[in-house]
Parts: sequence; structure tokens; C-alpha cells
Amino acid sequence: MSNISNLNHQILDFATQLKAQDDNFPTLSVLNNDGQIVDEEALKRADLSNDDLVKLFSSMLLNRQLDIRSTKLAKQGRFGFFAPTAGQEASQMGTAFAFRAEDWLFPGYRDIPQVVAKGWPIYKAILWSRGHVLGNEFKTEDGQPVNSWFPQIIIGAQYVEAAGVALGLKKREQNAVAYAYTGDGGSSQGDFYEALNFAGAYHANAVFFVQNNGYAISMPRADQTAAAHLAAKGWAAGLPSIVVDGQDAIAAYLAAKEARAWAVSGKGPVLIELLTNRFEAHSTAGDDPLRYRSKEDIADWWKKDPLIRMRKYLTDQGLWSEDQEKETIAQIDARIDADIKKADQVDKQKISDYLKNTLEVPSYVMREQIKKFESEGR
Amino acid sequence: MAVKSYIEAVRDAQDLALGRDENVLIFGEDVGKNGGVFRATDGLQTKYGVDRVFNTPLAESGIGGLAIGLASQGFRPIMEIQFFGFVYETMDSIAGQMARNRFRFNGTRQMPIVVRAPYGGGTKTPEMHADNLEGLVAQNPGLRVVMPANPADAKGLLLSAIASNDPVVFLENIHLYRSLKGEVADGYYTTPLDKAAIAREGKDVSIITYGGMTPVVLNAAESLAKEGIDAEVVDLRTVSPLDIETIGKSVEKTGRVVVAQEAQRIAGISASVMAEISERFILSLRAPIGRVSAPDTVYPFAQAENDWMANADDVIAKVKEVVNYD
Repeated sequence: MSNISNLNHQILDFATQLKAQDDNFPTLSVLNNDGQIVDEEALKRADLSNDDLVKLFSSMLLNRQLDIRSTKLAKQGRFGFFAPTAGQEASQMGTAFAFRAEDWLFPGYRDIPQVVAKGWPIYKAILWSRGHVLGNEFKTEDGQPVNSWFPQIIIGAQYVEAAGVALGLKKREQNAVAYAYTGDGGSSQGDFYEALNFAGAYHANAVFFVQNNGYAISMPRADQTAAAHLAAKGWAAGLPSIVVDGQDAIAAYLAAKEARAWAVSGKGPVLIELLTNRFEAHSTAGDDPLRYRSKEDIADWWKKDPLIRMRKYLTDQGLWSEDQEKETIAQIDARIDADIKKADQVDKQKISDYLKNTLEVPSYVMREQIKKFESEGR
Repeated sequence: MAVKSYIEAVRDAQDLALGRDENVLIFGEDVGKNGGVFRATDGLQTKYGVDRVFNTPLAESGIGGLAIGLASQGFRPIMEIQFFGFVYETMDSIAGQMARNRFRFNGTRQMPIVVRAPYGGGTKTPEMHADNLEGLVAQNPGLRVVMPANPADAKGLLLSAIASNDPVVFLENIHLYRSLKGEVADGYYTTPLDKAAIAREGKDVSIITYGGMTPVVLNAAESLAKEGIDAEVVDLRTVSPLDIETIGKSVEKTGRVVVAQEAQRIAGISASVMAEISERFILSLRAPIGRVSAPDTVYPFAQAENDWMANADDVIAKVKEVVNYD
């Protein structure tokens, strides 16, 4: 038996290749679990002012309060569909903090807080959750456009659409990007890869996030794919692809900021995998996480709560206090209460309006139906 | 006015649309240098540049997503699906997303997209290329499905589709691409969407058809005329939504109806046409509605196509049955 050349041996060394896949994605980290900065230079590069840090933490608190209140209201039958966000505040708000009004957001159904951060009023989020069409008008309280799409249900669709917007922004020479979120489950979708590949091939202005929160409803991330890192899927499409500590709001912000700068300069898209966790159920509509994960696992993740480390860091810096937190939470709760009242007062939807909104030019049969429903006041 | 083939009319329309509005973009697999596998976009990249007419990676769902994203940025995308049999790969983009987006956004955002695709049998393509999948898209509210049957309509309807703010699935019959020529007016003109055409006037029976079946039906009508049966041929042109008024007028005039389609009996548009006629115009009927279609098998292997597809003789036989009912 003859020996093959060293080069061919190297090519055929599958075990070494698997090891390389494992090793090639170190995790970006700035703030550790104890609220300590582990990389001072990275903190400088994030360039967050004290005011920014407080704003970012306040947005995380808003996210958490929305989660707590929404879950309670859902149990009372006063909300609608709700996908809990506890555990993902750093991943969601840290990244969202890096984008601007002119950027286009493509959220998944769990990414309501990012849309709210963009100026979508909470009452609209409640209407969306309840299944009222006015929840899908993306405008601020004072009627300004919010550059966001509806939270996508068909996971993956938002990715290919974001690639289209990203190409449009490039063609229009806009100083803006499209940024899209999906989860570890979403990274299994064909559309996920098609979007990365399209945006990559066109060097389009896109930033793609995978919030690896551990579970696609009940499917553990480890069973989702043989890939050691979801970020590695970006390499297949030729994208810079990184892994970030998703419980670390500063690292999430830094990664998103750098990715935005890269994408907006015409160099092409970036894929960011955020290692995070969904502490609660997939949704308030009947999912029981204890069917597929242990209490201990959930308790361990609560110890890595992104709020704890950010709160500790800010407090240590003299930027935050217990009183401030109480006051902020009271303000957020009052805002949510007011928005629930506002959502309750919105008129019922009309089938005739639905018919008018389906096509710009309704068909003969649709016109008949509009007439019928209008005559019935529906 | 010049005599043009169906595919030349399709290309002419796209050329005019690109020339009129810089927001019009054409993209799909091989639409650039190659000019499309059928040459529907031949020369357009050279004329308008790679920013306006460009190839995509080979991934239909990506093409659909791209169209939706670009449409939302004020472009008017014409996306080509190389063969409509490949539409399953992008059904979510078409049926799940672009068809629903105007509704979802409460009418505040438009989806001015044209999905162009060749369809239909008779050219012995490999399997999954020729299928008549118009029924699949026609059953989705929020979409128009347009299937021109001659070069003049292909041009006028395509220009209307591009001008429409509603998403339009524009299906071009592969067999007609080069086999059918006709007078096509020069310059820009539009043929209205949602309007059927009376392709042949007649008084004895209405044959309602569309797309690639229309020339077959017109041939059948000429043969029937020689036997003293004067058939009116209604070419639906837009198969979803249906032009109830034109269908109704013809049915009331003749009192007898045959619906003919290239698709299998279980598929296509004939069931909708028959249901609308039954519900609205049944008292005008003097005989049960006849139907001509392909059999309910999976689309056949190429060498069986000629036996499998409905032809003029099938139409003639069915018309005689309906005419001689009483």
C-alpha cells in the first residue's frame, strides 16, 4: 500500500477539519457575568457614553417589563400571542442600539422590543399581538414612518426580504442597512442560506443576526444542526461571521455597530450569532418548557441574566441605583398601562376594509363582497 | 404594426418598461448575458446595464424575497422564474408574503411585482418544467394571474402588469413562444387586466378558455363552423380574478358552455369558471357545462405529452355533446 502525499493527507484529514470548525469561532465578550469589563480596549471601541449606557440599560428594562406585563396579561386573556423575551434583552437591545432610524428592521415574532425601540408605539405592538391590522401600520405616535416590517411568522422569509431591501439600499446609494433577526431554529431554514448567499453575492447592505437562544420551541440547538457554530453557516456564503456573548449588551452593541459600519460601506453583509437563552416558554399559548428542559438548566441561565451584569456594571460606575431602577420601572409600567387602554379603545376591524386592502384594484367579486359587508356594517 | 412572435412581444414589453421607468428591474436565473433560456430578456442587459437587468444565484425563494425587498424600496421588480414548475421553491415569497403584504400593512405599502414564468406542455421539456400550476397561484387572494394567449396581449398585458401596484403572476406559454406570431402594435400600449377578450364571436356555444389552450380552441371553432356550429371563444386573459361580466354576457347569449384548459381536471381554472356560471347564470343554461382538460395524472413524461394533452378534437367532441344535449 502506497502512502499518499502530505498535502492529500491533509485534505483527507476529516477529524482535523472538524476540530478547526470548532476552534474558528471564538466568542466576542466585553462584560462578564459578574459585571466586570474583560476587554477595556473593546469597551473603548464600543464608544458608549455614560448617557448611552443608561439608555441602553433602560431599554433592556423596558424589554423585561414588557415581557413580565405581557405574560401576566396573556394569562388574563387580555393580550394576544406573545413570545417571551426574558434572557434575550442584551442580544435584542444591545444590537438594536447600533442602528439608526433610516435602517430597515426585519424582526422575527419574538423581536417586538426592537421594533418598539425604533419608535413603534407599545399600543401598536399590543394590537399586533391581538391580531388587529392597525398593529401593522409602522408609524410613531406622531405619525412618522418606522422603517420596520411586521414581526415575521414564517421564519426565514424576513431574511430573504431583508436581502432585497439591502440590495435596494445599495442601488439607491443610501447610507443605511437592512438588519434581520432569526433564531437558532431559523438558521435551519433554506431561506436563511439563500438570504446570506444573495446578500453576499450582491455585497448588499445587510446585517443578519441569529439569536441562538437554545431552543426552537422544543428542539435543542444541538439537535438543530451538526455545525459547531451557527455563525459558520455564514462562511459558506462568504460572509464575515462571528459569535458574540448574547448576554453581554456591550459586546452585542459593539458587534452590531462594527457590522453596520462594514455593511454600509459597501463591503457586504455580516452574520452575527448571539449566544443567549430563552428563559421562559416559546410562547404564552400553551408551551411548557419543562417538557423538554430541566429546571436546573433554566435556573443556571437565570444566573446569566443580562440585566444582572449590566446593572452591576452601571452601579459600580456610579451610573445607576436601586431608586433609579424603581422609578424607571414605574414609568415603564405606567406607559404600558396607558398603551393597553389605548389599544382597548381602537375600533373593531371591518371585513370591507380587509377587502379594500387586499388588492389596490379589487376584482368584480371583491367589489360585490365589499358592498355586501358594507351594507351589513361589517 | 409588425408581426411578432409571442416571445418577441414579451421582450418588447420589457424593453419599453425599462426605458420608461428607471425603477423597473429585471432579475432571475440567466436573464443577463444569456437573455433568459428562452431569450425573453435578450439584449436587455447590454442596453440597460447590469444594475437594471441582472442574474441571480440559483435559488427561487431568494429571487422572491429579493423582489419583495426591492419593491418595498420603490423599485418595480420583474422577477423571472425560469420555469413555472420551479415555483414551489418560492411559494412562500409569492403566496405567503407578496400576496398578503398590502393587506397586512393595512394598505400602507404596495407590492408592484411581476412574477414572469414560462409554463405549459407540448415542447417535451424534462419533468417539473411544463406543469400547469396556475390554479395553485390563482387560489391566493392578493395575486393576479395573467395568461396571455397571443403576442399582442402578451405585450399589452405585461405592460399593464408592470404598471400595476398589485403583484401579478404572468404566465407565458412555452409552446406559443415561437409557434405563434401576430400583429403587435409598436410603442407603449396597455391591455387592461381583469378583462377577458372575445377571441371569436359566435352564437351557438361559449367556449371559455385561456393561455396555451386558446389557439387550440380557436382551431376547433373553425372546424365546428364548417359543421354549422358557431362557437364564441372567450379568452379569459386574466384567470384570477375572473371577468364575470364578459363570461356572463357570453353565457346569456349562447346558453351553452364548454370550459377548456390545458391543466388537469383537478387543477387549473375551469372549476372556478363553472362554479361562477352555475351560481350566477344557471337559468341561462340549456345544457350542463362541458369541460375539456388533461387527465388527473401527474404531468406526463415527455414522450407521452401528445397523447396526454387535450387537443382540438377533444374540444370539438365536447362542444357537440353540449350543443346536441336537448
